[in-house]
Amino acid sequence: MLRLVVLTKPVPDPASGAERLRPDGRLDRAASPAVVNGNDEYALEAALKLTEAQGGEVTVLAMAPSNATETLRKALAMGAQRGVLVSDPKLEGADAPTTMRVLAAAIKTLEFDLVLAGVDTSDGGMGVVPAGIAVLAGLPYLSWAASIEPDSAAGTVRIRRPSATGFDVLEAKMPALISGTQALGAPRYPSLKGIMAARSKEVRTLSLADLGLGEAVPAEWTTRLVAAVPPPARAATQVVRGSAAEGAKAIVEMLSSRGLLR
Amino acid sequence: MLRSGSVTAQTPAGPGPATPYTLTEEQRLLRDAVRELADERIAPRAAEIDRTAEFPWDVKDLLAKQDILALPFPAEYGGLGADLLTVCLAIEQISRACATSGLILAVQELAALPIVLVGTEEQKRRWLPDLAAGKTLIAFALTEAEAGSDVTAARTTARLDGDGYVIDGSKRFISQGSVADLIVVFAATASGKDVDRHRRLSCFVVEKDTPGFGVARLEHKMGIRGSPTAELTFSNVRVPAGNRIGAEGDGFDLAMRTFERSRPGIAAQAVGIAQGALEVATQYAKERKQFGRPIAQLQMIQAMLADMDASIEAARQLLYKACVEIEAGSPNAARWASMCKLVAGDMAMRVTTDAVQVLGGYGYIDEFPVERMMRDANITHLYEGTQQIQRLVIARSLLGRD
Repeated sequence: MLRLVVLTKPVPDPASGAERLRPDGRLDRAASPAVVNGNDEYALEAALKLTEAQGGEVTVLAMAPSNATETLRKALAMGAQRGVLVSDPKLEGADAPTTMRVLAAAIKTLEFDLVLAGVDTSDGGMGVVPAGIAVLAGLPYLSWAASIEPDSAAGTVRIRRPSATGFDVLEAKMPALISGTQALGAPRYPSLKGIMAARSKEVRTLSLADLGLGEAVPAEWTTRLVAAVPPPARAATQVVRGSAAEGAKAIVEMLSSRGLLR
Repeated sequence: MLRSGSVTAQTPAGPGPATPYTLTEEQRLLRDAVRELADERIAPRAAEIDRTAEFPWDVKDLLAKQDILALPFPAEYGGLGADLLTVCLAIEQISRACATSGLILAVQELAALPIVLVGTEEQKRRWLPDLAAGKTLIAFALTEAEAGSDVTAARTTARLDGDGYVIDGSKRFISQGSVADLIVVFAATASGKDVDRHRRLSCFVVEKDTPGFGVARLEHKMGIRGSPTAELTFSNVRVPAGNRIGAEGDGFDLAMRTFERSRPGIAAQAVGIAQGALEVATQYAKERKQFGRPIAQLQMIQAMLADMDASIEAARQLLYKACVEIEAGSPNAARWASMCKLVAGDMAMRVTTDAVQVLGGYGYIDEFPVERMMRDANITHLYEGTQQIQRLVIARSLLGRD
């Protein structure tokens, strides 16, 4: 029976276009519609498939504002058994090193064979938190997994990692921490039964004090926001109409006129 | 004549009980989940389903896998036991992307209703779990070539013979009749001048493999083209007495009780189609430039879009209110059901026609989905009682039967 923890970070919903910035330029997470980070959803899908095949339970873990419980419910609706949310006003705007320390402390309160996470998140995009947690929690770290094969009898796990020439096979002892990408497979849609069941699943909220980290927040974050600049508006999409042959000709002409074809 | 200031007696047609409603958190979650699925997985199939006029088995499988077909079925038989409003929210969202696909849920609900309403425990256990799981489909066979609005004129007969019935006749315009595993068929079990015409019919379940049952042909239709509409024939079809749903002679009443819960589903389909058309028209108006600026900046276009939005919302709110009243056991359930279908169906035809107008020539060709939506909207005027029958039901509730 596998005990899996999946890190599922709530990130601004890219489809909503409604994320808000605070006066200091940082994202107002509490006021922005959130979804589970895309790469984390692939990790969650992999975790659900593993527990369906081998038996076991999936716990989703996040550090986020207290209203993130609702975002975690979507992960629970997909089939995770329970959620753990670390939430504390002191963590607003936390930097990557603090995030690693908090999440490393949180996973130590859980029993698990594997921790899975997306290789990076669509908001911060640094991609250092999974590795940092592994170091702080003393876990082997296997990154960029395209497939995950735990062997409970042997107490080991193997992953495939795409490389320039094919793929590498990496093996580590469990417990271990694995980061993955969309190569793990498309996440499922929550079924309506899953959505209804998720409403009664447990989401435990932990504060810094609960983790014994009451004094651990540094006086100053290691990163400072200098400026926030919205991306320029996209030019109007050109739609090419007509038959396939005419359309192809028009597209080739358009690309060559901009020097994009040689 | 009423004197000024006189108070009319409260008739059964008066305002219903003041059942309040707002969407619950659960209803919003389920609606949003269905919308996301419809946008990502069903909308991209809609044009092809219309063009090929083939029943979308892939969409049926998707609706089954995501438990959407389970919504209207009681929890003790494998369903989700959702209330009528939740079922309608789902039909609305699917129909917004593809009316044919929305009909899969609407028909599954409609045709199973007689079993859900008055079936025996044994009948429910025998048929409902597979229907809830989407392993089987069911069709509702009431209409005949010569018995449309006048349901009581049905000529199909069911003759008691030993320990069962023998059914003979044919049914026409049966949605999904050719893909269904089970057919709920209404047939006359009594004849003669002294028989009350409302007591002639009884309701039966015929399984598709029963000898003598056949699909005579499929119709070529203007809209909902992916939903096969079949003519069904029954020739010496023998079913056990255990396949009769409800008592002998209860068929007409059962059909009417069924419509009280199923007509809102058609209203939901209409609201969904109209919403889909408004969204296409709005997007198009923002992008299409004439006279040097997007046509969305022209007040005549703005007025059309505003009228479309307001009339969709009015129909939607009547539908939601009707669902809540019917679920609460309103004595005026038939009135609510007819009102929401009437208003939503008329609205959907107007709104989709206007959407075609906003798109101009582009709206009239299949490069954009609004012409399909306009063709699809028209069916909501016809099935589960024409708009004229809905007015008749409402007028009867207002004036009494005399």
